[in-house]
This record gives sequence, C-alpha cells and structure tokens, in this order.
Amino acid sequence: MSDVLQLSPYYALLPELVLVLGAMALLMVGASVGQSSTDFVTGCAIFLLLVVCLLVAEMPAEKLVLFNGSFVVDGFARYMKILSLIGSGVTILMSIGFLELPSRRTYEYVVLILLATAGMMVLISAGDLIALYLGLELMSLSLYVVAAIDRDNVRSTEAGLKYFVLGALSSGMLLYGCSLIYGFTGTVTFTGIAAAATQGGIGLTFGLVFLFAGLCFKVSAVPFHMWTPDVYEGAPTPITTFFASAPKVAAMAIFLRVALTAFPAIALQWQQIISFVAVASILLGSFAAIGQTNIKRLMAYSSIGHMGFALVGLAAGTSEGVQGVLLYVAIYVTMTLGAFACILAMRREGGPVETISDLAGLARTNGPMAFLFAMLLFSLAGVPPLAGFFAKFYVFLAAIKAGLYGLAVIGILGSVIGAYYYLSIVKVMYFDEPAPAFGPMRTELKLVLAVTGLFNLLFFVVPGPLIDAASAAAKSLF
Amino acid sequence: MIFPALFFYLFAAVCVASAFMVIASRNPVHSVLFLILAFVNAAALFVIAGAEFLAMILIVVYVGAVAVLFLFVVMMLDVDFVELRQGFLTYLPFAAVLGFVFLVELISVGVVWIVSPTGPKALSSPIAANITNTQALGLVLYTRYVYYFEVAGLVLLVAMIGAIVLTLRHKVNVKRQSIAAQNARTKAAAIEIRQVRPGQGI
Repeated sequence: MSDVLQLSPYYALLPELVLVLGAMALLMVGASVGQSSTDFVTGCAIFLLLVVCLLVAEMPAEKLVLFNGSFVVDGFARYMKILSLIGSGVTILMSIGFLELPSRRTYEYVVLILLATAGMMVLISAGDLIALYLGLELMSLSLYVVAAIDRDNVRSTEAGLKYFVLGALSSGMLLYGCSLIYGFTGTVTFTGIAAAATQGGIGLTFGLVFLFAGLCFKVSAVPFHMWTPDVYEGAPTPITTFFASAPKVAAMAIFLRVALTAFPAIALQWQQIISFVAVASILLGSFAAIGQTNIKRLMAYSSIGHMGFALVGLAAGTSEGVQGVLLYVAIYVTMTLGAFACILAMRREGGPVETISDLAGLARTNGPMAFLFAMLLFSLAGVPPLAGFFAKFYVFLAAIKAGLYGLAVIGILGSVIGAYYYLSIVKVMYFDEPAPAFGPMRTELKLVLAVTGLFNLLFFVVPGPLIDAASAAAKSLF
Repeated sequence: MIFPALFFYLFAAVCVASAFMVIASRNPVHSVLFLILAFVNAAALFVIAGAEFLAMILIVVYVGAVAVLFLFVVMMLDVDFVELRQGFLTYLPFAAVLGFVFLVELISVGVVWIVSPTGPKALSSPIAANITNTQALGLVLYTRYVYYFEVAGLVLLVAMIGAIVLTLRHKVNVKRQSIAAQNARTKAAAIEIRQVRPGQGI
C-alpha cells in the first residue's frame, strides 16, 4: 500500500484528508439519522482518530514539504500531531457520559471536535503565515462553538461568548503582526522570513511582538491569560478537558515552529519576550491558584503555570530546550487528562460538583481514585520520581545550559510555591473528614485515570522511548 | 474613443451623488437603496477599469448579501433614525477632523505611488495579457492556493455547523405542513354531511 501512496507527492496529506473526509461523513450520518446517531458517531470518531494517529505514525521519517512550503511534515510535526490526536481521542472518550443525557445528545459536538483536530493538524504543519492563520481559526472557531454547546446553561453560553470575543481580539493582533512581518520581509513563508530577517529591524520586531501576543493567547500565557479561568469554569467539564489538552499542544507546536524556523536570526529579541512571558505565567499560575475553591478554576491556573514552564524550554532556544518542551507537553497532556478524569468522576446524585471541599476524605470513600489522583497531583507539582519531575528537569536543564540562570531559579521557586496548592488537595483528600461518597465512576474514566496515573507513576522505570522520540522530533526542527 | 471617458464620468457622478444621498436622505430605506445604487455604479467603474471579477464580486457580495441584510435590519428593527441624527452638529467637528485625516492619508498614498520609483514595480506578477483576470485567479486559486482554499472552506463549514448547533431549536408545539398527510386526505375523512333541520342548529 505504501508503494502506491508514494507515487503521489501528496500522500503526506493523507492523515488530514482521512480526518476531514471522515468528519464530513459523520456529519452527513448525523444529519440524516438525527440525534439518535450520537453514540454511533462518537464510536466512529474515536476509531477515526485512532486510524489517523496510525497514519501519522506511518509517515516516512524525512521532511516533506507541499504547496510551496505551506504544509510541512517532519519529525516535529508527527510527534505533536500524535499528541494532539491522543488528546482529542481521549477527550471524546471521556465525553461519552456527558453526551448521554437526552438534552445533550448532540452529534455535532463530536464532529466539531474532529474539525478542531483537523485545524490543529493544519496548524502544527503550517509552514507559512497564511496556513498558520487558517489552522488557528479552524481550531478556535470549533472551540468557541463547543464552549457554548450546553446552550441552555448561562455559564456555558457566557464562556463561549467570552472566549469568542477575546479570541477575535487575539486573532486581530495576530493578523496585524503577520501583516507587519509580511510588509517588512516581503514573504509569508517561514523559511523566506528567516532568509529576509537576518538584519532584524524595529518594524519586524513589532510584527513579532503582535504575532507572539496572538499565540500567547492561544496557549493562555500571561499577560494574555484572562479568559482561561472563566472559560474553564463555565464550559462543561469534558470541554474544559479538551481545552486544556489538545489545543494547547497545537498552539505550543506552532509557537516553537514560528520562533525557531522563521526568526532564528533575531533570537535575542524574542528570547527576552518569551523569558518574561514564562516567568509571569509561572508566578501567576502559582500564586493565583492558591485562593481557588473551584477545582476547574484551579486547573485553569495550573495550566497557565504549566505553559510558563514549557515556555522556559523555548526561551533557551536550543535543540535541548525544544526537546524539553516536547517532553513537557507530552507529560502535561497525560497529567491533565488524568486529573480531569477525576474531576469528571466528581458526581453526586444532584449532578456534577466542582469545589475542592467535595473531595474531602476521598481516600476513605474511594481509595484507588484518591491514590491515583494524588499521584497525578504530585506529578503536576513536579515531585520526583514522577513524570512531572522529569518534564520540569529537562526544561530547566536546557535553560541552565543556555545560561538563563535567573529564569531557571525563578521557575524552580515558582514550582515550589505551586506545589503548595497541589499538596493541599492531597491533604483534603487524605486527612479531612469524609464528605458523602461520589456516584460510581464510569468505566472509560476509570480506564483513562488508570492509564495516565500509572504512566506518571512508572515513567521513571522506562523513560527512554519518550525522551528519544522528543529528542528526534526536536532535532528535525533545526 | 470618447465613450469610455463619458461612461466613466457618468458612473462616477451617479456613484458620488448616490453616496451623498445615502447620508442625506431622510428615510432609512431610501438610504439603503441609494447605497445599492452606489455599489452598482462602483461595479460599473470596475468593469471600465478591466477588473470584471471585482465588479461581479462587488455585486454578488455587497448588493446581494450585505445591502439586503441592511434592508432587513432597517425594516425589522425599530430604530428611531430621527433621534440618531440629533447630535449631527455636535459631532461635526470631530467627523471633519477624521475626514481630513483620511483625505491626507489618501493623498499621501497617491503621491508616494506617483513619486516612488519602486511603487508600480510592486505589482510583482501582472497577469498575462491574453487571459482575463477571472481566468487568472482561477488558475492559481485551484492549483497554487488550493490548500488555503480548502482549509478556508472547512472554516466556513465550522461556522455553519456552529450557527445551526447554537441557534436551531426543534419546538414541539409548532404546526408544520405535512404534504404526505395532506395528499392522503380523502373525501370520506375530510367531509361529513349532516342533515340540518330548519329552525335548529347542529
């Protein structure tokens, strides 16, 4: 089969084509059968994402460039695509419980997640500013709609509207930056910009700042994080899971690709910006989360902080730094999915509950869940020997090797402060008087929690494969 | 030939006059109709300039969609236009400053274009003389830029799905036409004949 496909240079586009055509086919199925097809569409969507994931993994190792440089498939793109496909697939799996209620049987939800994933793949493979913008809009537009999908719920609608308005603002800034960059370099391809931007210049730096502002909004890094807590809290929990996992991967991927392939000549300028953004995100993520009582809000601040840690690796600007970011993003996705599996399992008879005090005494009412959740929280805090420690270790190692001692010290201090609120949840679960037990946990949530929990717990036993994959992917970008 | 110049002045004059009437007419519906007239004349100017694709797009998008949308808004929303005009004189100085800024920008762009030696060269890839510009657009849109074109199509698909998901409601109590049920009606099912005696109701 691979011989036949290799006849055409466009076989690099095969995973995207399969995903998009599959999503449209499922849309047609849903539109003709009606909302009763939701279960079928959901099952097919998970299978489709699995197939696309395999197709991406089967791509040849060399770098493929299509459409005059607007579509690039290399080791980096493959790594990030697999991560975001896993994020989307697990999110759909975890949404099954949400979609079961008769009022929420919307197959469009699944189709929109598939189209958002297609947007992420376009974004990750983007080799010029136009493909970047189109991918970003395809992803974001789907996200705005799914944020408001529980349309009779005021908070969900508010989350969707807030996300849409602020997202439009950030798109405007990003486009303004793109137009300045195009004006000062005369090209939109990243390689062309890199060749034209060897001198730098004030106009190009302005464009760079606006472009990075738009991208910072998408990864929710300070000072463009304001939407995150409100949207995370207001959107239905499975959708918050989605926001916290796959789109972050894609946005981080394009952040790395733009910074390293389009602007290597003016690295000194953007390293300052990224360093500031990283420090501000880490500190805000650590301090603002302390006072939170709603666990979804807490996870929002946690994700802001984690994006700050990941950006430390980009600030280093080296191949090791990128490897650190790739490793960080992969481990972050597993930690987030696991933590949200626990949050989705926080249901009593009246429906879902979201405050931290509802977790009180979980160790006595549901021991295994409390243990795995505690391990995930330790991992999020970066306690050795869990996976989260290695993630932080590699980005800080890269920062120190690049001579960014101040950044590394502030980052490590920030992670110590951040550990406080993760540990306080563990304390609530293990030492407080038990609250009433939660309802039984759904099988798919148990599965996700077990896999991610054990991955984080046992990562140190065989860290080799993931670190090697991240290293190979990072090298393909230089 | 004098005809192109004559037509240019005709269309340009009507365009400017109808643009003035858009803001001058008292009835908002007349304003929108003058706006449509201005668009059509601008499209005619594009045709004279040889940009027939832009002309058709202007008609299809602005006259066909935007202006009709305006008309709907004007007719359906109860906006008090007399009240909206109340502050006209108060805002006039501010508007005059804005207009002056735009005028200066327009003149400076024109001057730069004429003076700068590199300006006209920025038209980096002029289309070949033997094909129309619609054809030239088609040649690159579906080959060189097909990737952008398809992804943009997906963005529009998402916009459509989003609009439907967030606004469509299947109401239970709405009476709808059922053509099958109408066709299946027979005389026996629909008509009942009763004998009515004189002086008594049914």
